[in-house]
Amino acid sequence: MDYLNTSGRIFNIQRFSIHDGPGIRTIVFFKGCYMRCAWCCNPESQSYEIEEMFEAGVKKIVGKDVLVKDLIPEILLDVPYYRRSGGGVTLSGGEVLAQPEFARDLLRALKAEGLHTAIETTLNAPQEHIEEILPYLDLCLMDIKHINSNKHKEFTTAPNERILENAKKVANSGVELIIRTPVIPTFNDTAEEIKAISKFASSLPGVKEHHLLPYHRLGFDKYSGLGRKYSLEDIEPPTKEKMEYLKSVAEESGLKIQIGG
Amino acid sequence: MDNIKFVIEKSSRIQSLIDDLYENMPEIESARGILVTESYKNTEDLPIIKRRSACFSHILKNIPIVIRDKELVVGSATVHPRGCQVFPEYSFEWLEAEFDTVEKRSADPFYISEQTKKELRDAYSYWKGKTTSDLAKANMAPEAYEAFVTHGMFTPGNYFYNGIGHVNVNYEKILKVGYRGIIEEAQKAIDKLEVYCPEYMRRMNFLTAVIESAEAVILYAKRYSALAKEMAEKESDYERREELLQIAKNCERVPEYGATSFYEACQSFWFIQLLLQVESSGHSISPGRFDQYMYPFYKKDLDEGKISREQAQELIDCIWVKLNDINKVRDAVSADGFAGYGMFQNLIVGGQNIYGMDATNDLSYMCLEASMHVPLPQPSISIRVWNGSPEDLLIKAGALTRLGTGLPAYYNDEVIIPSMMQRGVTLEDARDYCIIGCVEPQKGAKTDGWHDAAFFNMCRPLELVFTQGVDKGVQIGPRTKDVLEMTSFEEFYNAYKEQQSYFIKLLVNANNAIDVAHATRCPLPFQSSMVDDCIGRGKSLQEGGAIYNFTGPQGFGIANNTDGLIAIRKLVFEDKVLTMQEFKQAMDNNFGYGYVGQGAINVTSEIAKELSKKGIPVNEEIVSAIYKNVTTAGTLSSAEKRKYQEVKRLIDEECPKYGNDIYEVDMFARDVANTYTKEVEKYKNPRGGMFQAGLYPVSANVPLGTQTGATPDGRLAFTPIADGIGPASGRDRKGPTATANSVSKLEQDVASNGTLLNQKFHPSALQGNSGLSKFVALIRSYFDQKGMHMQFNVVTRETLLDAQKNPENYKTLVVRVAGYSALFTTLSKSLQDDIIARTEQGF
Repeated sequence: MDYLNTSGRIFNIQRFSIHDGPGIRTIVFFKGCYMRCAWCCNPESQSYEIEEMFEAGVKKIVGKDVLVKDLIPEILLDVPYYRRSGGGVTLSGGEVLAQPEFARDLLRALKAEGLHTAIETTLNAPQEHIEEILPYLDLCLMDIKHINSNKHKEFTTAPNERILENAKKVANSGVELIIRTPVIPTFNDTAEEIKAISKFASSLPGVKEHHLLPYHRLGFDKYSGLGRKYSLEDIEPPTKEKMEYLKSVAEESGLKIQIGG
Repeated sequence: MDNIKFVIEKSSRIQSLIDDLYENMPEIESARGILVTESYKNTEDLPIIKRRSACFSHILKNIPIVIRDKELVVGSATVHPRGCQVFPEYSFEWLEAEFDTVEKRSADPFYISEQTKKELRDAYSYWKGKTTSDLAKANMAPEAYEAFVTHGMFTPGNYFYNGIGHVNVNYEKILKVGYRGIIEEAQKAIDKLEVYCPEYMRRMNFLTAVIESAEAVILYAKRYSALAKEMAEKESDYERREELLQIAKNCERVPEYGATSFYEACQSFWFIQLLLQVESSGHSISPGRFDQYMYPFYKKDLDEGKISREQAQELIDCIWVKLNDINKVRDAVSADGFAGYGMFQNLIVGGQNIYGMDATNDLSYMCLEASMHVPLPQPSISIRVWNGSPEDLLIKAGALTRLGTGLPAYYNDEVIIPSMMQRGVTLEDARDYCIIGCVEPQKGAKTDGWHDAAFFNMCRPLELVFTQGVDKGVQIGPRTKDVLEMTSFEEFYNAYKEQQSYFIKLLVNANNAIDVAHATRCPLPFQSSMVDDCIGRGKSLQEGGAIYNFTGPQGFGIANNTDGLIAIRKLVFEDKVLTMQEFKQAMDNNFGYGYVGQGAINVTSEIAKELSKKGIPVNEEIVSAIYKNVTTAGTLSSAEKRKYQEVKRLIDEECPKYGNDIYEVDMFARDVANTYTKEVEKYKNPRGGMFQAGLYPVSANVPLGTQTGATPDGRLAFTPIADGIGPASGRDRKGPTATANSVSKLEQDVASNGTLLNQKFHPSALQGNSGLSKFVALIRSYFDQKGMHMQFNVVTRETLLDAQKNPENYKTLVVRVAGYSALFTTLSKSLQDDIIARTEQGF
């Protein structure tokens, strides 16, 4: 039962989440990420360090260290909702795989409770870390942001070769895999770019769905709260018409395309 | 995207009926007031029950009748759409006093003509000292009357001034046998009555009054038949002429005889529903299980090819519009509490049948569809949910919820059925329950539930603990120990219970005094003829003729009292960071904050009155100076303000709060709720029944909040009390599942007069079939944990705009956009604008 004592760093637990995997879910947000995407709506998730952030003028400490066993009781409070809705628990971030042991052991503990498990990730991590969590994982919600590695690096600070390679790995493992793409104007919102991602997704064995998540500015206030600058200030969220258009383009891949999570 | 069962196109007739109904401000009419007075003047030598049937008959023979343009189902209490009649036999002084202001008031204004004012003044001159209200006052113990009128400890005002209503009658029986059947039943009872029977007089009077009332209703319908025929003759449009001739035929047959078609059943239903609200002014006349008793008529016509689904839907829609044609004028204060011209005609679909199997049928879906076609306040549509409820019915209900009208309300069979059985209702009857008014379960057609008997503000007895039972300088409650001398939390908590128990006794006295007044002065033979077993027992509902009799006063303020008591326990007795003196002083000074709203105005005028009493001249300048002081806590030094505000900070930030899924806190809330519910159920009413508590304030938590000072939970003076059985405003921080888990810890089945939980949602939470499925799962999960009732405010664009303007009212409004959620009011203006734009777009 040692795995219950593994420690990790999180910055939030959100109950009644309904857009991050099937049913009603609880999300555990991991702190720390390998990448720095310009549009990130959770900028406080990026650094592994515990930091201060102003929220509506009030100073708040972001990040705390917890043991796996400390998280379980709160997660179990919503079991009646998971059961009725086919929901469960989603680990999100930051990057879940940046804390591989904690992710593995938390997932293991959740499976021991009989819960459905999911992670939100870019899979930008060493292959062996991914292999270790797969036995305890039901669903992988994976971001693919761009097929062109240079452009990927320009906007996220990381190239994409390892990401795409890992996608194949997970697809071949039999764990359910859904591909998600944040649609960011000036970065990846052309028909060609979305089509390319969808086409890649459709080549992965077992993948049936590709979700297009329209860019939003909800993280905007947090940047100033952290004393940082938001580089996409002038970008408008895509219109509904634009999203519908991209959806129709992506549908050529034969996948089920959904707007929003 | 959506896949919803029974989507039927709305006929163009329906929108035009709605538009006509809402074209003008509703108007007060004098006809009923004049007729009831005429009749009473002529019947002074008759027993009261006969006077009631005579006046009902006199009204129905002479009240003006009207068939509105394009109507298929006819019958209106007033000539003007959405107009209202008056009922001076219950009370009248308040309306006479408001003749010149009722048109201009902000909540529920009514137009009244000079002619009507004059006619009503003449009629009113007869009624002084003769009303139910006058007798109720005379019946009441003086200390109960004072606690109610002067000190606002509880408010049984609704039944003190108006009829009782709050009933479901045997629609099924009338649809089958008509009023002719009722007459025959009463006649048989008369035939069997032995002259030597000591109850001969009472029974004979009641039964003949029933017959006279039923005959009056039959005659009234025939007046409509004649009018329809007359209008048909003059009608140039062929289609409308045919419609009018059909209406004439319908009204010739029903409600005198049983209905032979779905259309006749609709017309018959409407006459019952309408005339119950002409006989008496009581609201919450609830149609109940409409989908059950109407179904055989629908099924037969559908099977025989006599009606299409579309035609049936149009008729149901017509009834939905008519339910909004009935209106009621209330006094200005009550109008604030019941704002929105509420009539609370509760109609429920789905649930179990008497055998414990699912009763859902086509009409269950079509009633929900009608509420989408007719997005008006009436009927208050409800849905019964149990483990066997079909998923697609709940999905359809979710689609209705998504429209943002706050309808339907969801009820849990699995809690309500056992809850009613503990009150002596049989298993079969309990399975057949419906909902009355706001949230009150009742076995229809057998019950006089006296639901909604009074509001009991649980924050007030807690307030009196600090003053040792003194309010406005008068010792009105028990002289409990001085809080400054208390040495344990138990002492404090017991003092609260002692104060509360005392005022519950006074509440019972007030309710029973009013109850007897209605039995004495306003027994209702027409209503009684349709509730078992009035005819069998030979007495009216008001005298105890029903099989099940209850009185249900509702308490509220659980969340405030729970949080407040926990704050006192922790800060004063456990952690000892504050003395009781410091705590009390901070509360007495509104935690160092200025007063707000109506409360600030009231305090200002009290101070001004005090000054002028002392002979100090009070001019406008002085008043505005007082007001400024009052709203800014201007009499306090900044050191004092800091000190008192620090007490509030400790309460706000250092004490756990109800609504966050904290087991110990929630279990304490359960105990607090039980201090009310388990006390109330000890008492009996004069109709041979018992008291049963409800836990819900309707919307009275706002107006009654303006009469309540600062409370120990850190709530500022005169601000609203917590809504329903939910957490206090802004105190729940963990989302809807945590709130529902907390609330489900209350012993809701003991509150058998009903409970109420409001939840707020952003429309994106109900988007698509997947959103609706999750929404249904949320309801089912709360109900799995023994929740009794749940209803939803879906946040619309208008709400968000309002939240931008008044952020203080929307502290916990959560909005979700594309996989991320946030407290709306903490976002910057530009982001809020983004979200408002997205709310329209739906992603």
